[in-house]
Formats: sequence, structure tokens, C-alpha cells
Amino acid sequence: MEEQLKSLEQKALTDIEGAPDSKALEEIRINYLGKKGGLTAILKTMGKLSAEERPVMGALANAVRETLTAAIEQKGSLLKAEEMQKRLAAETIDVTLPGMRRPIGKKHPLTQIIDDVTDIFLGMGYNVAEGPEVELDYYNFEALNMPPGHPARDTQDTFYIDPQTVLRTQTSSVQIRVMENQKPPIRIISPGRVYRSDTVDATHSAVFHQIEGLVVDKGVSMGMLKGTLEVIAKRLFGEETKIRLRPHHFPYTEPSCEVDISCFRCGGKGCPLCKYEGWIEILGAGMVHPAVLERCGIDTTVYSGFAFGVGVERLAMFRYEIDDLRLLYENDVRFLSQF
Amino acid sequence: MKLSKRWLLDYTALSFEDRAFAEDMSISGSKVETVEHEGAELENIVVGQVVSIVPHPDSDHMFVCMVNTGGAEAIQIVTGAQNVKQGDFVPVALSPSKIAGGKTIKAGKLRGVLSNGMLCSLDELGLTQNDFPYQTEDGIFILGEDCGKTIGQDIRESLNFNETIIDFEITSNRPDCLSVIGLAREVAATYETELNLAEPPLPLGADAPQAKLSVEIQNPDLCYRYAGAVVCDVKIAPSPRWLRERLRASGVRPINNIVDITNFVMLEYGQPMHAFDLRYVDEGKIIVRNAREGESITTLDGTKRPLEPSMLVIADANKPVAVAGVMGGEYSGIMDDTTTIVFESACFNGLRTRLTAQKLGMRTEASGRYEKELDPASCLPCLYRALELVAQLGAGTLDGGIIDEFPTPKPSRTIHFDAAWINRFIGFSCPEKTQRAILEKLGCKVEGDTVTPPSFRGDLNEPCDLAEEVARIYGYGKIESTPLTGTADGQLTAEQKLRRKVGEILRGQGLTEAMTYSFHSKKNYDKLLLPADHWLRNGVTITNPLGEETSFMRTCPVPSLLEVLGRNYAARNKAAWIYELSKVFRPKETIGTGRDAQLPDEQIKITLGLYGAGADYNLLQGVCETLLEGCGINDYEKKPATESTFLHPGRAAEWFVDGEEIVMIGEVMPQVAENFGIGERCWAAVIQLKLLLEKGNPNPKYKHLPKYPAVTRDLAIVCGKATPAAALSKAIREGAGKLLESLELFDVYEGAQVGAGKKSVAYSLVLRSKETTLTDEQADAAVKRAVKALGAIGAEIRS
Repeated sequence: MEEQLKSLEQKALTDIEGAPDSKALEEIRINYLGKKGGLTAILKTMGKLSAEERPVMGALANAVRETLTAAIEQKGSLLKAEEMQKRLAAETIDVTLPGMRRPIGKKHPLTQIIDDVTDIFLGMGYNVAEGPEVELDYYNFEALNMPPGHPARDTQDTFYIDPQTVLRTQTSSVQIRVMENQKPPIRIISPGRVYRSDTVDATHSAVFHQIEGLVVDKGVSMGMLKGTLEVIAKRLFGEETKIRLRPHHFPYTEPSCEVDISCFRCGGKGCPLCKYEGWIEILGAGMVHPAVLERCGIDTTVYSGFAFGVGVERLAMFRYEIDDLRLLYENDVRFLSQF
Repeated sequence: MKLSKRWLLDYTALSFEDRAFAEDMSISGSKVETVEHEGAELENIVVGQVVSIVPHPDSDHMFVCMVNTGGAEAIQIVTGAQNVKQGDFVPVALSPSKIAGGKTIKAGKLRGVLSNGMLCSLDELGLTQNDFPYQTEDGIFILGEDCGKTIGQDIRESLNFNETIIDFEITSNRPDCLSVIGLAREVAATYETELNLAEPPLPLGADAPQAKLSVEIQNPDLCYRYAGAVVCDVKIAPSPRWLRERLRASGVRPINNIVDITNFVMLEYGQPMHAFDLRYVDEGKIIVRNAREGESITTLDGTKRPLEPSMLVIADANKPVAVAGVMGGEYSGIMDDTTTIVFESACFNGLRTRLTAQKLGMRTEASGRYEKELDPASCLPCLYRALELVAQLGAGTLDGGIIDEFPTPKPSRTIHFDAAWINRFIGFSCPEKTQRAILEKLGCKVEGDTVTPPSFRGDLNEPCDLAEEVARIYGYGKIESTPLTGTADGQLTAEQKLRRKVGEILRGQGLTEAMTYSFHSKKNYDKLLLPADHWLRNGVTITNPLGEETSFMRTCPVPSLLEVLGRNYAARNKAAWIYELSKVFRPKETIGTGRDAQLPDEQIKITLGLYGAGADYNLLQGVCETLLEGCGINDYEKKPATESTFLHPGRAAEWFVDGEEIVMIGEVMPQVAENFGIGERCWAAVIQLKLLLEKGNPNPKYKHLPKYPAVTRDLAIVCGKATPAAALSKAIREGAGKLLESLELFDVYEGAQVGAGKKSVAYSLVLRSKETTLTDEQADAAVKRAVKALGAIGAEIRS
């Protein structure tokens, strides 16, 4: 019997060593160690042994079982590793293929600018006010110190609905509506659509967008206007940006100014973008004219205010380097999908 | 306003570099648009003298000239001009050189004869006959007595054609700066230089009696002042070169001495002047009055124009001879045989002048100035100045005294001056002494805390006006940036937040945002196949549109959307998935009271439009459902659309929340798609932002996660083809009752296996109890109830 066991062990070890895969190994295990396996068959003949031989053979049989189990386990993990290796190798994919995409839509560049500017002002405690686009002449002009026939109306070619109603030419109309309905302190911006009867070309549109700003409070100075505009310029065009206030005239602000920013492309040294001036005009602003405040019932001995208005299209054209304004309203998806 | 640099320097001595000057002036409030140099494009053109001239051997109209241009030898030049003689001084474009228009001249052969350059005409120098009136219209410019004749000299120096022209943008509040003196004052204030003004002298005989002319102002509200003088023995002739040069540099065409004088004075002082031929002023009477009903005038440009009683005219005893402040009448102008003239230096009401010019459709240099309200105080100095020039040019003699009708002189105003307030208001610290000096430099009288602005500064009325004057001259650059004081809470309104969210959801589903014009053509409503009396055709129309296609404020956002799809289709884009938050403008349903009563209702609609890239009805429907869910609306009812003319009648639906239509969706009617140039199937939806806001739930509350397992049952139902899925779902929901947690339709099948006129619809039901684990029996009972309810609407379980 001892010989039988030895030879079984020998044969089994050879088989185990030669097992080509996990499945074959499992068959070998069953073949030798299973209920109907070789070892069991040998053990079944134990009864024929003498009482002295039986424990010796029992111990030997157990030793054989342990040896074989260990060998199977060892071989098993070896085979598993090999097989995993093979599987992984077989599963290699071309990771440079394009992905399967869910489509993503894009925000219109003008919305992008409006949202960005709005977020800056929300952070500074401004609310967002809105007003009608079909507007009374009163709010668009008269209340802003431009009575009928005022020469400054010439700079804003106006669409008329009837003699008292216009398509608003500027978001400044919202200033009046806010001041009529709200007591100072007032801190608002008003983004929105405005209209001028300009012939449409690469830099003019009959429809465009402005963002108006208005602050009315005790002790508001032009220095505060400058400080506010400086923050905006830096946030929109980078921390290095400087601003310059240039005197100008708007009937509803006094003093008035146009605001230039240092050219964000050349840093002010001069380049084609800034027409070699180093500065780019970006918005109009000023201290709210006392007549405008008084018309809205605000006491000018107590309160003062500043206002500013910026063209959204102009900002978009600078930021995205768009050279033709018409593209913004043509809505070609090849254009829109770039932003 | 084009300013001649030499003219400016007559008034204030200053040397400057052009670019720095432009910047300095822009910073102090007079914005410089451009700085140009006369003759800048001319290169290598010199004064030459024709030494000899012989006919071209091979041409019957050309000549071969030898021209002395200052070199060792005369050079040979071929010319086709017929007016050149030996001894003439001419402009010679040497080889190589550049003439006006940027053309390069090089030596070359003309019919076999070498030409080492070109003799130039006025046109080739960038000049006209107005600049050198003695020059014949055609041919080479033969230099006259008023030109430099140094051979070899640069032609620009010879002709003084080298002025620096600074073009200012003048805002409408500063008509005083539409003049050389006004700008010189700004320059003097900016650079702190002296302003040298020479008061024009009182003409000899100014207070003599005036027998030939009388002036009567009938409407002193519209004519503040009228000064006039008669000049006789007028000799109409070209002006001298210096005067022509000043006009040329200012962009004004020289005409003749009298007209040039009026223009010169206008440029110098900013005050328009007019010269009448006295022959055509009946009875020598000037009457400033309103036009009479039915009157008309033929203006200098030869057009007969009907007048209205609101308009102010200059009339003689019988008829209007000029539209006040706008334009003279046909015979009022100066002609070559004019011998006696009347100079008018008057001041008219700005608004009336403006309205009259607008009504007559002729804005002139004069009306553009008057409309900004001019200073009556400058009428007399201007008249004196004109008479001074007449004497200087020998153009005529003052005949009789000067008339000055000035019915109601304007009282001067004073403004309270408070230097400390100005410093606080502006946000800098400008010493009071400096503030006073600035205001004085600008022509103000400053006494104690009172400022009297000069009469020509009608724009200075309040302390803030003084603040601006001080700030701009002291320098906006000196304003100290300060943060706003105080705290404030900034936030978006619920609607503003919702708009952002809608955009996010739609972009997340692959739709790209478009922005379209808010006005369009009314024809769009035909393209939508709307009946002629449809309410959407009733809206707001622009009275002065750029064109019909941009004349109507949209009442419906769909055409804008379809135009976008059409434009993309035309651009051969394979797909376009678009959304827009577009405003529509509709007449108010009920007209209220108050100022805004007449304004239309402005509402934002969400529009979606798709074609290509696998778009279909179901996909768009999914987008809308996701949007509604994202906005917190889960309970809505879909019904086939009944009214839409622009959607496919079998593929359009309206969705309702609490009985209100929140979504309209469908395939675009093929005819409509074609009308908008879309050559394939496309889909559109309109969603009511207002209802999303009202019905949506932005603040959902937590519901406990289920504790007990769910039981899932699938149902395959056979029903008539026309039975809407909504009816089946409704029956299942009602039948299964509370235990039904969710219901999902996962298949629709039509075909031979279910029989003609039938369809099979498969649902997955998830059943769950909140209290206990459901038994199969409980679940089966619920399904059985659902089947029964289905049976009641003629649907049965597929066997």
C-alpha cells in the first residue's frame, strides 16, 4: 500500500505540474482527491491492513493528501495568474478611439458675459433689476434730462412705436423705474436688450445688450465710481488691468466720463487691437445728475449716486475675439458651439 | 470739428507733439478723434520750371519737356497736358514719388520717349480748384503768384499744403467748442498757457444812421438777437491764399471772399453768419417772423419747400428770404454781380431751429450749431469781425450804421461754489486756489462763493457742473479710487434664478442657446399658416423700422426659432439643436391705468427647436419632460394639440398643469418647415416660463427612503390603435391604487401579431407598501384591479 500511495503521489504530482489550465487542474484534483478519486480508492482498502499498519498508512495517506492539496493550490494560483494575464491581454482596447458622447449644448456668448458680470455684482451686493423694452419716451429720454427735441437724442437713433413710446435705446431707463419704486440705498445692475436704428454691419446692430449700473446712497462720490469700475475691469480683463476716466457728456450724469481700460492684449504698449493707443474704450459712466434724482423724489441734499452702462456685445467681441457682430445673431451652430 | 494747428497757435502759444497733444486734450475733455497732416501721402514732389517744351515725335497730343528741378541738369518729362508753357513753374513728381491716392510714379517710356517723372495737376496733389481758383480745370497746375517758386522745394512747402489738422469730437453740450476760439480756450486751460484774444474793433461809422436796412423781430422767443450791417461796393473775388488755407484745413470749401468771410467767422467764433444780396431784400426790410399759412420758399439748393406757421423765417417786405438758422432762399445768396450785401449775425432758439430743420429734412452746418443753443452775446463781435475782414480784404465798404435788435437780453446766472464739497463729491483733494484758477481760466467769474459762468457756457448751471469743470482740468486721473461703503445683500429673483436653471438643463441635454432679434416681419405669421384674423397678428408695430422684415415686435417666438433652424440648414449643418429664452410682446389683455397702461405685456417664452442628429418627436418630448422634472413639475397631462396651425396635426401635443397649458410641442408642419427653408423634418416646442415659475417646486421636501422591498409586474396590453397611452396609464394608476409606486411604459408594438387596428403596449409596474413587505397575493390583487380598469376602456391583457 505504501508503494501504491507513493506511486499515486508521484503520478499526481507529475499531472499537477503538467496541468494546462484551471479546468484541467480541477479534473486532476477530482481524479486523485475526489470521492471517487485514486486516493479514496486506496484508502478504501485500509480495512484489509493490520491494526499496526493502519495508523502508519493513515498518516502516510494524509501526508500524500496534504502534499497534493498544497501542490494543487500552488499550481492553481499560478494558473489563475497566467489566465488573468491572458484575459487582460486579450481585452486590450484602443483607448485612442473617440468616446461615445452625450451631446452638450452651449451658452450663447452674450449670456455668458451677462452672467459673468452679474455674478461679480451680486457678490458686491447689487440686485438685478429689469424693465420693459417697449418703453415710454419719458423713461428712456425725458426723465434722463433729454426732453423732446434735445440734441443728445441724435446720438441714439430711435425706433418709435408712437410719439410717446419707443424701443428703449439704453438700459438707463431702468434707473428711473427703480428710483421711482425704491428708496435709497439703491444698488442695482440692469442687463438687457436695447434698440437703435443703426444699419447692421460688422460693428453695429439694431439690437444689442447693455448692462446698466446704479448706486444711490449718502456720500457716494466719483471716487467710489472709479473704485467700482476698477474692480469690474480687473475681474473681467485680469488683475493687471488699469482704467482711465475721460471726460465726456451724457445729459443724465454730471460729471460724466468715458472709461478706458489698458489694452489687455499689449498691456498698454500699443497694438492693432487698441489702435496703438494702449487704451480701449469700454463704457460710459458718471454721477447721477441732480435733476434726475429729484425727478424721482430723491433728496439731493442727502443723497448722491453714480451710474454706468456697458455694451455687452463689445465685451463679447473683445473676450472671444469675434470680429463681426452679426455672427452673434445669426446663430450658426458652428459658431455657437465654439464657446 | 476740424481744427487747424496754425490757427490754434494764433490764440495760444504752445509747442506740442501731436500724439501727446491729442491725449492731453482727450483727457481734459476735448476728445481728439484723429490728427492728420495735409499732403501726408505726397512724396518727392518738388517745384520745377519748364526749360523747354517740344511736341512728342511720335504723338500728336503729348509734349516732351525739359524741367529744371534743382539738379545739375534739367530732367526730361513727357506730358499729355496742353496748358504747359516754357518758363512755367509746375509741381514735378520725380522718380520715384507718390502722388495723391497713393499712386507711385516711376521713370518710364511713353511712346518710346523716356519720362523721368510726371508734371502734376491739382487733383494729383489732392487739391481742388477751390484751393487755387485761378487754375484752369484741366491740365497741369501752373503755380501762381501766391505760391513759393524756389526750384527743387518740396511742393507742400511751396503751397503751404502741410497743415496739421486735429479733428475733435465735440459733445452736444459744448457748442462753444465748435470754434477755434472755444478750443483755444480749452487748450489754454489744459496747458495753463495764455489765451490771446483780439477783440474785433468797433467799425468806423458803426453808429451812423442806417437808411437802407431795417430789422424787426416779431417773435423774440424764437429770435433772441439780430445784428446786421450793409456793405456796399462789394467786389466778389476769390479770397487770399491764407484765408483759403484756413477754410481748407477746417474742411470748408472756399467759394468767394464774402461767403468765405462768413464761414471764417463761424469757424472762429462758432456763430453762423449769413450774407444776403440787398437787391433781393424788398424795401430793405428784414422781418423776423413766423411763416404764414401756405407760404413756401425755394432754398439755395433750388428746392421749393412748403413752410409751416411754427417755423421762423427771415422775411423782407413781401416774402420769406431765408429759413431762420437753417438755410437762405434762392435769391438771397451772393452772386458774381452782387454789389451790396447785408450781413446777418443772429441768434435763434435752438429747439425751434432743430424742429424746423428736421421737418424740412435739411440739417445744415448753421442749424446743427443753433440747435445746441448759441450765445447771443457773440452776435456783435462776430459782425465786427466780419466787417474787419471785409476791410482787410478790400471786399467792400460799410454803408450806414450797424443794427442790433436785442429785445430780451438773458440775465446772467450765478452758481454756488464750495471747494470742499467739490472735493468730497469728486473724491480728490484739489486746493481751493487751484479750483478758482481753473474756473477763471475757463471764462468764469469767481467771487467769494459765487461763480458767474461766461455767457457762452449755457451748460454750466449747478454746483455739479462746476465740479466737472474742476475735475476734468485738474485731472480725472487724480480721482482716488475708493470702495463703496456700507453693506448690501445682492441676489437674483426667483425668476432670474429659474432662467439660469432652464438654460443649464437644456444645455445638459445637448441644446445650444440662440439669440434672435425681437422684431421680425409680419409675413412670418403667414409662413406659420395662421388665419388672417389670428390674435397673434395683433401686436406692436415700429413706425420707423429699418425695413419690413424688422418692423413688428414678435408676439410669437416660433418664427425666430424656425429662422435659426432654416439658416443652419442653409449653411448645410447636419443638425441643429437650439433653445432660446425669447421675449414676446403682446397687447395687454386688460388695459389698466397709470403711466404704463399702454405698454404691451412682455413675457419670456422658452423655445426649443431640433433637426438632425437623431432628433425626433420622442427625443424633444424627453427634453421637455426632463426640463419639467428639473423644475419640480411632475404632474401634468398631455393632450393632442387641437389648435396649432404650424405643427403636424397628428404629431403635436399640449401639456397642461392644473388646466393651464405649459408646453406646446410637435413636429413642424412640413409646409411651415419649407416656408422657413428647412428641408427636413424638424421639431419645436414652446414652454411657458411663467408657469414653470408658478407651478414648479424649487424647494422639495425629503421623503423617507422605502423600508420594504418592491414587487415588479409587467403588463402587456392590447388595445385599439387610437387609444392614447395617457388613457391606459390613467386606468392602471386608478386601478392599482396606492400600492403603485411607479409606472413605466417600455414598449409599443403594432403588427400582424396583435391584429389590424390594434396595438400592444407594455408597462412595468412597481408596487410597494409603506407598512409591510407585499405578498404576491396583495400584488396580484392590485394588478387585477388595474386590468379591470383597463377592461373598462376596452383594453385587455395580451394573451
